[in-house]
Amino acid sequence: MLFRQAGIFHTDYSADRALFPIPADRWMIGILLLLALAAPIYMNTLYLSSYLLPWLVWTAGALGLNLILGWAGQFHLGYAAVMGIGAYAAVHATRAGIPWEIAIVLAGITAAVIGSVFAFAALRVKGLYLALSTLALQFVMDWTISHVPAISGGTQATLQAPDIRLLGWAVTSDAGLYYVALVWCVLVTSFMLNLRRTALGRALVAVREKDYAAAVIGVNSFYFKLVAFATSSFIGGVSGAILIGTFYHAVTPEQFSVDVSIQALAMVIVGGLGSIISSYFGAAFILLMPGVMNSFISWAATKFGFSLGIETLAHLPQAFYGALIIGFLLIEPLGLGKIYNNIRDYLLVWPFGYTKK
Amino acid sequence: MDAISLMESAANGALIGLMYSLVAMGIVLIYKSSSVPNLAQGSMTMLAAYVLLAFANSAGAPIWAAISLAIITMFIIGMAIERVALRRLAGRPIIMILMMTLGLEIFLRAGSMTIWGGTTRPMNLGISDAPLFLGPLLINRAYAFGAVVTIAMFGFFVLFFRSRMGVVLRAISDDYTAAWSVGISVERGVALSWAMSAVVATIAGVLWSSVQGVDQSLAQLLLKGVTVAVLGGLDSIGGALLAGVLLGVVEGIASSVLDPLLGGASRDLVDAAMLILTILIRPHGLFGRHDIERV
Repeated sequence: MLFRQAGIFHTDYSADRALFPIPADRWMIGILLLLALAAPIYMNTLYLSSYLLPWLVWTAGALGLNLILGWAGQFHLGYAAVMGIGAYAAVHATRAGIPWEIAIVLAGITAAVIGSVFAFAALRVKGLYLALSTLALQFVMDWTISHVPAISGGTQATLQAPDIRLLGWAVTSDAGLYYVALVWCVLVTSFMLNLRRTALGRALVAVREKDYAAAVIGVNSFYFKLVAFATSSFIGGVSGAILIGTFYHAVTPEQFSVDVSIQALAMVIVGGLGSIISSYFGAAFILLMPGVMNSFISWAATKFGFSLGIETLAHLPQAFYGALIIGFLLIEPLGLGKIYNNIRDYLLVWPFGYTKK
Repeated sequence: MDAISLMESAANGALIGLMYSLVAMGIVLIYKSSSVPNLAQGSMTMLAAYVLLAFANSAGAPIWAAISLAIITMFIIGMAIERVALRRLAGRPIIMILMMTLGLEIFLRAGSMTIWGGTTRPMNLGISDAPLFLGPLLINRAYAFGAVVTIAMFGFFVLFFRSRMGVVLRAISDDYTAAWSVGISVERGVALSWAMSAVVATIAGVLWSSVQGVDQSLAQLLLKGVTVAVLGGLDSIGGALLAGVLLGVVEGIASSVLDPLLGGASRDLVDAAMLILTILIRPHGLFGRHDIERV
């Protein structure tokens, strides 16, 4: 129907190695890219800058977390701290007069260097203890950011982020900011797509499956853990910087607290570990859920004629969000990406359901 | 900073630390039986305090009756959490289990805020505010009471683990499969450990809310509980007790020395630093069991 083929049949190796082996996938990606490029034309600026833009930036961030969690298999409960380091580094660099293009690279490098500290915990411990030590590091980073006036500008302070300037042009329009986010998201996505096919990506997967077994076949597991932490911190740091530059326009310590780490983790888990399209689904789901939930509650309140207190309304989406994580882990542990894959697998061989691809 | 006030913060720190041990004991109980690191222990403590308040205020029960009702309720809630959420995750990767307890943490915290609201409410256990002097040291009565209850709980657990049911739980924590093969109902044992941990959380909730009132900040006891549990060794109840005292003393002294230098709020920093140092230097804690990893 959609894919017009009953299975995948390659006749040479280059077809098998292609990034998207199925023609229909290439078509769909092309159409989606065109739609994304044309979004400022047909889309209301409100939707563009308050839904589409944060979704793209958070997807890039979630992909960075997926690299460490889904590819390298290392737990990371301090991802928001890494994003915060990137954000603060970029804001301070641009305020010091460094051009924005260089400032975000600096932000990424700062985040990668400090984020590699997390990897030294991974040198000694793994699994549960790694999770707990990254959680503790998140608290240390939070504390440092909010209590060192040179970083945060004092307790409870908000630092204004300067406007983004690309090659001397100030990017202030909604469409311009959207394109910055889109370019970053496409860059990270194509990096992650290609990662699967490189030696680095395969080494990471080997470390994830069993680090001793990886060491036996000559993969230096500590080196690759370090690389994984540094790379994902780089992506996280730049994503944090772009999130501040394009969406929040000001930076405070609360934007990168431990709750945000858990939110990023929820994006990856609800989406699905170790898959790229699932990060898109996960980020969309977690970002859109509170808004959808709120409008559903207000719709239900008028429909059935009940009223809820302000506190109830404020905390209900959060409770629902917790219930959602529990529900996904119980019912579909592989996340939204797995549901998409099931549908895709069914359509791939449709109408010959009995053939396996 | 004179010696007396330093000793005073150390003594009060030790008492507070014993109250941290209560939270840690809940984590240890669950970890011992099922190797699940329960990151929802803090919000279970908070939920218990809200449940108690609901019984005491709305139903108008006297405080001791309300406490026993809350203990019974939390016993059932603990069992229900294990049955609904954790049992189906047995044998899954640790990443899923950790995420599940984080999801539970968010759900329980936000759920109790949804039902009861977020304003801080006092909880009065009838402990007098009159100063208590131990030699030259001024001791907080609420902390002293909490410490006594903690030690009593520890005594109860020492006796419990010698009883028939306690031996069953020890067998389960020793080896899942072996316990199964000699006819022990592992599921029931794990459910019981969750229920007991919920009861410990209730007691911790009562004591802590009498100190700082009932609100969302009770859930932040998680960091202290996790630090104490890891420091003492994740499968040692006695370790949790001693590590609590240790953390409390270090925290008390460090915060009274560091607070003027750093401008306050150094307690959380001390906790996080203790947790990181423990994991880097001695991951199995002071009294925990070395685990030999299978390659």
